[in-house]
Amino acid sequence: MIITELKDINEIYEQIKPYSKILIAGCDGCCQPPRSLNEAKVLGQLLELKARTEGKKLIWKAITVLRQCDDRIAATTCRPFAEEYEAILSLACGLGVVMMNKVIDNILTFPAQNSHFGGVQNSSENFYIEYCEACGDCIIGETGGVCPRAGCAKHLSNGPCGGMVDGMCEVGGYTKPCAWVDIWKRLKKFNRLDLFKKYRGPRDFRLSTSPGYKDIYKEYTNEEEKKEEKV
Amino acid sequence: MAKRPAYSNLCKKIQEGKFVITGELEPKKILDLSEILHGAEEMKKTGKIVAANVTDGPQGDAYMSSLVPSYLVQEKVGLEAVWQVTVRDRNRVALFGDVTAGAVLGLKNILVLTGDHTALGDHNRARAVYDIDSTQFCEMLSIMIDQGTDYEGNEIVGGKIEMNYGCVANPNSNPREPEVLKVGRKVEQGVDFIQTQTAFDVDDAKDFLKELEQFNVPVLLGIFPLKSHGIAWYFDNYIPGVSVPKDLLKALKKAEKDNKGDKKGKYAALDKINIEFFEPFIKEIKKSTKAAGIHCMAVEYERLFGPLLKDF
Repeated sequence: MIITELKDINEIYEQIKPYSKILIAGCDGCCQPPRSLNEAKVLGQLLELKARTEGKKLIWKAITVLRQCDDRIAATTCRPFAEEYEAILSLACGLGVVMMNKVIDNILTFPAQNSHFGGVQNSSENFYIEYCEACGDCIIGETGGVCPRAGCAKHLSNGPCGGMVDGMCEVGGYTKPCAWVDIWKRLKKFNRLDLFKKYRGPRDFRLSTSPGYKDIYKEYTNEEEKKEEKV
Repeated sequence: MAKRPAYSNLCKKIQEGKFVITGELEPKKILDLSEILHGAEEMKKTGKIVAANVTDGPQGDAYMSSLVPSYLVQEKVGLEAVWQVTVRDRNRVALFGDVTAGAVLGLKNILVLTGDHTALGDHNRARAVYDIDSTQFCEMLSIMIDQGTDYEGNEIVGGKIEMNYGCVANPNSNPREPEVLKVGRKVEQGVDFIQTQTAFDVDDAKDFLKELEQFNVPVLLGIFPLKSHGIAWYFDNYIPGVSVPKDLLKALKKAEKDNKGDKKGKYAALDKINIEFFEPFIKEIKKSTKAAGIHCMAVEYERLFGPLLKDF
């Protein structure tokens, strides 16, 4: 899931201030905490109040989209009535906001949220946590299933660093566990300290250079081979 | 351990079997290096200090780069520098650039560090780099020095890099096993020496040194003489994993209180406390461990070196 956080209401309002009629689009996709129809409606009411304090009237409509990051779903849901509005305010993650701008390209879509990371939910301890940063070169087979790239503040391949105190990380005031101590504990448990001792060479950042791009069909067709034959 | 020639005086002295002492200088948010150079001169005068570490943005703060002060300490004072380089602020391209520049300036020792995270420093909104980690930087240096190429194997033209490099280890680390295993990984990448974070507990330090013996690399144990109660308190509270013995903190506080208004008396009292604590400490380390020496982080406290080290 994509972990997001609502922007400050003043910041959201500043973005839509030039417009008097807006469409507020929730997203039923993977962004957490959920930002669906109800959240869109509440945001509309708040913005309406905010506009009223400035002596303005804001017309809004709340909808929700199954997944804003899917071009076909976003287009079929919003296109039929989007043009009635001057701007769209999206409650999706950054991916959804970009996709809405692409499929409804005659109206600007603004982000109501900040997107933080791809993470998981730890309900018992009440937090979201980043377990993977999509580096393009998965090494957790060597690290006991704990990712040192997403889990270590310094992204070390050969930790821990000197900032580890009593198993905790110097970043964040020693409140979060050191990923490398977790890795050591896991590998020790399975009697695989040989993996811990192993030296890991420098990371290949070409694998995660922005913008990420992968051909969807590349691995399922022989089109490319055919092209090469033609040449 | 790498069988690399000793290019630096520090490594030569270690190879000769001498018990070596290194000092530490800290360029801060400054343009005037006179205090740094004065500190280096004071160290040199004692005749006991083989080399002085020059720090690279400790605690993640934005300070003057360690390259030029390291050069000037060697050039103007004639004291060898241990040039500290962290991987926090530079990617492998910039590290290559700096190391070759340092080689041209005649620097002979590099101390490889990960570096305190920028989130701890005075520019805590900055992006931390950590393109390669300290172990990978050790590998990169070994390739540059021993094979004469950059990290990707492209030849470095017009000479040979004659440098030795060391890594750090933390005797205060808890749990200790992953720290020791990590040092092992760095040793595999050819480090010539190890300098440790500061130790206050002599028995604990001895245990740690014993564990490092397996790697067969010279170790300089870190100590941190306490110039004032304020610094001791800061160190106790803000430096990761370091705790100053409570008796020592109390004694320093008392010495400052008893000599209020009497600068000379205060200095004498503080120096006495430090000498009484660290002299037996160093003696014990020298006598009963295989440590190659002591890394004495008496930053801006150079007056202590003479009396503290008179017997070493």
